Amino acid sequence: MMGTIPLALKQAVDLVSGFDPQLVEIVALSLQVSFSAVVIATVVGLPLGATIAVARFPGRQAVIVLLNALLGLPAVVVGLLAYLLLSRAGPLGELGILFTPPAMIVAQSILVAPIIAAFSRQSIEDAWREYEEQLNSLGANPFQAALTLLWDCKFSLLTTVLAGFGRAVAEVGTVMMVGGNIDGVTRVMTTAIALETSKGDLPLALGLGVILMSLVLALNATAHGVTQLAKRRYG
Amino acid sequence: MRAPTSLLPLRLEDLGFEAGGRRIIDGVSLEIGPEARTVILGPNGAGKSVLMRICHGLLAPTSGRVVWNVREPANGRHRQAMVFQRPVMLRRSALANVAYGLKLAGVERRERQARAQRALERVGLAHLAGRSARVLSGGEQQRLALARAWALEPEVLFLDEPTANLDPTATREIEMAIAGIGAAGTKIIMVTHDLGAAKRLADEVIFIHNGRVLERTGAEQFFAGPSSREAAAFIKGELL
Amino acid sequence: MNAIRRLLVCATLAAVCLTGVQAVAQEKYIVIASTTSTEQSGLFGYLLPVFTKKTGIQVRVVALGTGQALDVGRRGDADVEFVHDKVAEEKFVAEGYGVSRKEVMYNDFILIGPKSDPAKVAGGKDIVEAFKKIQAVQAPFVSRGDKSGTHAAELRLWKTAGIDPVTGRGKWYRETGSGMGPSLNTSSSMNAYILADRGTWLNFKNRGELTIVVEGDQRLFNQYGVMLVNPAKHPHIKKDLGQSFIDWIVSDEGQKAIAGYKIGGEQLFFPNAKH
Repeated sequence: MMGTIPLALKQAVDLVSGFDPQLVEIVALSLQVSFSAVVIATVVGLPLGATIAVARFPGRQAVIVLLNALLGLPAVVVGLLAYLLLSRAGPLGELGILFTPPAMIVAQSILVAPIIAAFSRQSIEDAWREYEEQLNSLGANPFQAALTLLWDCKFSLLTTVLAGFGRAVAEVGTVMMVGGNIDGVTRVMTTAIALETSKGDLPLALGLGVILMSLVLALNATAHGVTQLAKRRYG
Repeated sequence: MRAPTSLLPLRLEDLGFEAGGRRIIDGVSLEIGPEARTVILGPNGAGKSVLMRICHGLLAPTSGRVVWNVREPANGRHRQAMVFQRPVMLRRSALANVAYGLKLAGVERRERQARAQRALERVGLAHLAGRSARVLSGGEQQRLALARAWALEPEVLFLDEPTANLDPTATREIEMAIAGIGAAGTKIIMVTHDLGAAKRLADEVIFIHNGRVLERTGAEQFFAGPSSREAAAFIKGELL
Repeated sequence: MNAIRRLLVCATLAAVCLTGVQAVAQEKYIVIASTTSTEQSGLFGYLLPVFTKKTGIQVRVVALGTGQALDVGRRGDADVEFVHDKVAEEKFVAEGYGVSRKEVMYNDFILIGPKSDPAKVAGGKDIVEAFKKIQAVQAPFVSRGDKSGTHAAELRLWKTAGIDPVTGRGKWYRETGSGMGPSLNTSSSMNAYILADRGTWLNFKNRGELTIVVEGDQRLFNQYGVMLVNPAKHPHIKKDLGQSFIDWIVSDEGQKAIAGYKIGGEQLFFPNAKH
């Protein structure tokens, strides 16, 4: 184990500095798939979370419990369900997207949407407690109130979106099942790491892992910096 | 600004409100007309804030009715406005906060900016228009809340202990602004437990204790000599 | 102004998301469901570019265990099957899921074990005897346990030895339920015996204390077959493109390519298609 880590770091550096074209392809695909999935999940999850936070309807508590429970969805189960959905033998087989990147995006969106919805629901509900009377007094209907709160809480919601991205880019069970880890087509960083591990090439697998983690770290640092700048300018 | 058919008089018919097993409002029947500034006075826990929230529509009474003179149309919310004890501002500039209220009221964008700017000027906050609202001082934020309410040009302005958290200077500024709004034609209905504020602002006083209206008279007459025992004790500063 | 800017940002985001992803959709391609051993041995990496260069058809390989690979075919999610379990393949055809099955190549299985060799099987030529010895001393043995071709072969050998390994489950017989590579990783860390295909072994880098202990027995012969997923059952199957792959791999050119794949000078797969 002691020898593997320095070897892994060396592999990571070699791959990156050499601009290994396969690595570039894999990294680009990982980012594209997870980024797309997060966009879809956000478009669906934010309004959903905000609406549940603000609206009052029978069964609301049950919906909240269910939403929070979905946070614990195992990635491999989502992958399996998505596979059965998208398989030619399944209801959405006509689309023919199994074993292609769109399938991976769809599956990861399903995985990430509960995260966005559940966390935004909590943030918006906390804000609603503060704003409810004032917004009602001004005549905002639940839809308008939800939108206003979403915009007002945008910085804490950014953290939620980043959490969603982190989950997407780090998971392997979903993309493995619906993507098939096809070389040059659906191989992403996590499935590449799994493959190299199963081939026994542990230093390379760990090296790829180091690269992946560095990317995620860089992304989070950038988002944090942008947020701090914006906060200073706009309060 | 009086609309052809006014919201007032406001009639409260045998209002009741219960929560947590307690009767917070107990059989309140009132008619509030357009003249004069009405102050609802009473000790803490009398039910004043709850009563006002029921009038404004933020709470539903458990019994009885709130009847305005004319049925509010769906987008007529802005004909009443309320200022709360603690101002609640969005994470935007002062001007944007005022404009937000106008947007909800359906005002066009260009007119929104102009009206918001005028409202800020009236409360003396024009120089802070671009500042983030949440970094303003307590007094400034409360003035901003007033500006936001004033910009809507409401017929009725409810105020819930508007100066409770403010220092004397800020209190005076707020009270001057309230008087100004009233003078321009808006009906003022204010809730307070502060005798001084009531004396300075009220034209008529409605005295409430334990969820019931015990007395209703003109301000001068009330402070000279209230007819109810509880009101007299309250004015003297005794516990009820 | 603000609204327009927001719309532009959204549109750009959408474009970014879609461009990279759509580029893949245009080419001619087939999907082959195969086993982890064919991929992890590196054979496909060597063989497929030759085919693509000749025909312009891209080959997308989904590498799973044989059981899962055949299931993919039953569902119509792949065009071609390329696995190594003759019994299961013939059943697949008999049930109507596959057509034009052809034998392509063979390699062999080898018994891997720790250098310490607690069952004293090293250097032997009889695999069934070796299995008996391992069970006798209850030496740790790792099984794929995943309905793969390798797993099926392993179970047949236990049967021949007259042993039911399941009785040793939890004691000396360890089923990982995973592919060849991960199972080798597990054996390496447990210093256990394991039946593996030569191709994966030669490419495997985490050997630890493991080495080849038994090889060369005729019963370790591992036959690979290729089939077209039945277009009658799944009309959308790319039957012409798929058939050209099958025709190529059993042709002289394809067979020669298979023989040409070596690791460290050693040939891994032996073409044996019949004409």
